[in-house]
Amino acid sequence: MKKKSIIDAKGIERAFTRIAHEIIEKNKGIEDIIILGIPTRGVHIAKRLRDILKSIENINLPVGSLDATLYRDDIGMKHDQPILKETDIPVPIDNKKVIIVDDVLFTGRTIRAAMNVIMDFGRPSSIHLAVLIDRGHRELPIRPDYVGKNVPTSIQETVKVHLKETDGVDEVVVEAENEA
Amino acid sequence: MRLKRKDILTIEDLGRDEIELILSTAESFKEVSDREIKKVPTLRGRTIINLFYEASTRTRTSFEIAAKRMSADAINISASSSSAVKGETLKDTAKNLEAMSPDCIVLRHPSSGTPQILSRLLRCSVINAGDGTHEHPSQALLDLLTVKQRLGKIQGLKIAIIGDILHSRVARSNIYGFAKLGAEVNIAGPPTMMPCEIEKTGCRAFNRIEDAIKDADVIMMLRIQLERQKTGLFPTAREYSQLFGLDSKKLEYAKKNVVILHPGPVNRGIEISSDVADGKYSLILEQVKNGVAVRMALFYLLMGGARE
Repeated sequence: MKKKSIIDAKGIERAFTRIAHEIIEKNKGIEDIIILGIPTRGVHIAKRLRDILKSIENINLPVGSLDATLYRDDIGMKHDQPILKETDIPVPIDNKKVIIVDDVLFTGRTIRAAMNVIMDFGRPSSIHLAVLIDRGHRELPIRPDYVGKNVPTSIQETVKVHLKETDGVDEVVVEAENEA
Repeated sequence: MRLKRKDILTIEDLGRDEIELILSTAESFKEVSDREIKKVPTLRGRTIINLFYEASTRTRTSFEIAAKRMSADAINISASSSSAVKGETLKDTAKNLEAMSPDCIVLRHPSSGTPQILSRLLRCSVINAGDGTHEHPSQALLDLLTVKQRLGKIQGLKIAIIGDILHSRVARSNIYGFAKLGAEVNIAGPPTMMPCEIEKTGCRAFNRIEDAIKDADVIMMLRIQLERQKTGLFPTAREYSQLFGLDSKKLEYAKKNVVILHPGPVNRGIEISSDVADGKYSLILEQVKNGVAVRMALFYLLMGGARE
């Protein structure tokens, strides 16, 4: 297996800082925003964005966790069903601006499922999508509103985001199966 | 992850890792019942038949709600309104139901071992919702979940199960379940209601409730089946209540922060006094709440994946 590090800790920090500023700019302030991370790493990214936003705007945004497993479209097709993770939406989302946060955007199917979860919880005034990596290969008409980095990949490659909270280090790695 | 089995028939043949997988999955499902829209689309298009040959409120409703919250179609059949009254055998009923291609049959039956027979006859999943005096696995799983959530662990706890052990499928499933997760299980009841060789299942038997609940972290009171008084197993309900009923005085033998479970329905003033059943140590309604989550987890783990 071939591994290639594409973003280091500094780069990840800069990407989060830029995304935070874009969130403020696009929403003209950050009142009424709720950040919902997709477990596991999306939740940690959501918390980091909250911390950066707080240091800029001095507002502490609510952060929640959104597990879309039960809404997946492949749930009856895989032999092994995925392990459920936590869903915790701490405040009512009606008329709020929801920002979904994930580490890697790939087919878009997880985000479709996540939006359906949100719709079952209430009627937000808008839903935005923030991802650290957009690796392409979309299968649904979904695009991110905030992107850390666009990484063109081949379908055989895997993009792995490592975060301090879960992996001890901040780094984004592309892994390829075959020797190049 | 997936349970590598088609059916849930007993706790006895579940492994510790399987029990832990069911409990952690159930913990995630608890939150669904707190939502405003208490429904997820996971089991759309799956059909679950609740086949109940015995009276039940809690268990049948709980399985039905669990199925519906997962978006499965749930059909209830009770023996009194089924062809069983016309003399159809269980085997024929099961084969006929299978012809309508359900994905899972939940069976409650007064005869021990019937879910095993059904599981061999049918291709669909079978969940035992209580068979005779044998096992009631989903009840034990919800009891384990309730204790785990309140006390944070099962390993090393002291559990006392009190009452009619002989006829209790709840007791049998719980003895296996708690022992498998590393708890110490004590039982007590009138000698006429203690099965012989019960200690082979991994518990310790006592004659007095006071000895069994000494330093207990968890006390599980079993429902005394009053109809058994006629058969001479105990003289009067009053005597039973004085010797084996749990009241605030006997409670002093247990640990300070003991939790009290009862599978329901409760005979108030007989096996448990009202002030204890409704008191701060009682988790009886929490058990009922967890029952839905546990049954959702069982459906998910048995039917959530691809069909074989």
